[in-house]
Amino acid sequence: MRVLQGAARGVSRAAGAYGPSAVLLALLVVGWEAWVRVFDTRPYILPAPSRIWEGFWGTKGLLPEHIRTTLAEAVLGLGFGAAAGVAIAVLVAGIPLVRRVLMPLLVVSQTVPMVVLAPLLIVWFGFGMTPKVVVVALWGFFPVAVATADGLMHADREMVGLVRSMGGNRLQVLRYIAVPAALPAFFSGLKIAAAYAVGGAVVGEWIGASSGLGLYITRAQTSFRVDRVFVAVVLIALLSMLLFAAVHMLARLATPWMYVKTEEETT
Amino acid sequence: MVTPAVRVEGLEHTFRQKGREVRALDRVDLEVGEGEFVALVGPSGCGKSTLLRVLAGLLVPTGGSAEVGGVSAVGRPGLVAFMPQKDLLLPWRRALANAALGLEVHGVPRKEARARARALFGVFGLEGFEQAWPVQMSGGMRQRLALLRTFLVPSRVLLLDEPFGALDAITRRGMHAWLQAVLALEPRTVLLVTHDVEEALVLADRVVVMSPRPGRLVEEVAAPFPRAREPGIVTSPGFVAAKARVLAALGEGGGTLAEAGEERRAPGA
Ligand SMILES: Nc1ncnc2c1ncn2[C@@H]1O[C@H](COP(=O)(O)OP(=O)(O)OP(=O)(O)O)[C@@H](O)[C@H]1O
Ligand SMILES: [Mg+2]
Repeated sequence: MRVLQGAARGVSRAAGAYGPSAVLLALLVVGWEAWVRVFDTRPYILPAPSRIWEGFWGTKGLLPEHIRTTLAEAVLGLGFGAAAGVAIAVLVAGIPLVRRVLMPLLVVSQTVPMVVLAPLLIVWFGFGMTPKVVVVALWGFFPVAVATADGLMHADREMVGLVRSMGGNRLQVLRYIAVPAALPAFFSGLKIAAAYAVGGAVVGEWIGASSGLGLYITRAQTSFRVDRVFVAVVLIALLSMLLFAAVHMLARLATPWMYVKTEEETT
Repeated sequence: MVTPAVRVEGLEHTFRQKGREVRALDRVDLEVGEGEFVALVGPSGCGKSTLLRVLAGLLVPTGGSAEVGGVSAVGRPGLVAFMPQKDLLLPWRRALANAALGLEVHGVPRKEARARARALFGVFGLEGFEQAWPVQMSGGMRQRLALLRTFLVPSRVLLLDEPFGALDAITRRGMHAWLQAVLALEPRTVLLVTHDVEEALVLADRVVVMSPRPGRLVEEVAAPFPRAREPGIVTSPGFVAAKARVLAALGEGGGTLAEAGEERRAPGA
């Protein structure tokens, strides 16, 4: 009984949280459909939602394979990017010289447009998954590195002093104070990276691939199937949301204290 | 001669920041005997916390010596159990894990450390809150938890920086009785910083008075009664006389007694 009540409350809370977005989205779709029908817009300019749905239905046999490829690239790239980001953050936060030398270079690295870099990566790593994973990682490491370094550097000095007063060494200060203090920042960075990961993989595929949503888009474009381009766009959005939600869940598990509700905050 | 638990000699410290100098401690000499309970009172900003931070090994003083158990504590943390002025509970640890922190840092296996902490939750009036997060606890509970954490640090010497500062008068009195009981069970050497002269005289064997900044020791008053002092003694003539001496010393230090205003109002009232 309690479980049921809890579940019901959860559903109604979800409806309260996402309901408005869903309504807005539905209105947009209906408006879009109406616009296309009323003004009789050509489908290669703007296909109606019903037409996009047909496009989806017509290629649904091909899509799982493409989705699998793109998702794998995004997740792998995100993983490598996060690992690299954390490693860089530790160096940047721990060694002032590294901070001064590396930080400007990192910022510059983010100004190189990926569409310029991606063809080079394909020359270096071939047409397989590697260049796409590299693109995602190059995109994802930066927010993780910046956020995590910030978190590590802003560990409460008095808390550090407390552990040191107990006879704690540097490693223990890291373990008991700096790392847990930096975790929320790390997850903020990871969420940003996750939101861009699928898009990054698609950009990588767009230049040249044998499978993936990027390839699906290039094929749709060469045959002027704008409806299928939209199918891919919707799928990219859904996959990005999925990845973002997964990271959010991970954050809840790893930093439960950030999600504690106290009495006055629940109202 | 027995080595005192704490010995401070000619201790001085000047903070330097961007050309500005603040002299916080001025030739402080202090000894605390093994098992003794000494209270340190003084106006706000006179260097009490600075003195404790030196003894905790967290701040290297610009002059003088500080020893704990005959060993120099200068730049050497880990000799004392230190309770800082802020409770500094770690938000990412539940109450039980916070209490066990000192034991874990000292290498006690996590399970054993938490079992030992759990055993004291009742004594510290925190029963049932083992799994609470710090944000879910009241100010008084947080301070008791911080005190419990300090008690569990395996050291004979406790340095307490205004441990009851955040408590109301009634809870405070309860905590005094309770601290005395805990210390009777498991004696420790205590150096307690407080603004509250009555608290100092009820709890301590000896009260040391500091002058306004730069802090010097200006007076020493022995508590007029042996340990296990009841709250009722605060109206006895001996207590009132001792309190008057402490307050006079605080007043003589010169300058304004921003925080001591309340105590100054009425010795003997
Ligand atoms: N890290 C620091 N840098 C510069 N000045 C400091 C620092 N810490 C303390 N001071 C100064 O040293 C003086 C003594 O500070 P301290 O914290 O020891 O005072 P206190 O006696 O504990 O005061 P309170 O009773 O208000 O806690 C103050 O004037 C303070 O401004
Ligand atoms: Mg202080």
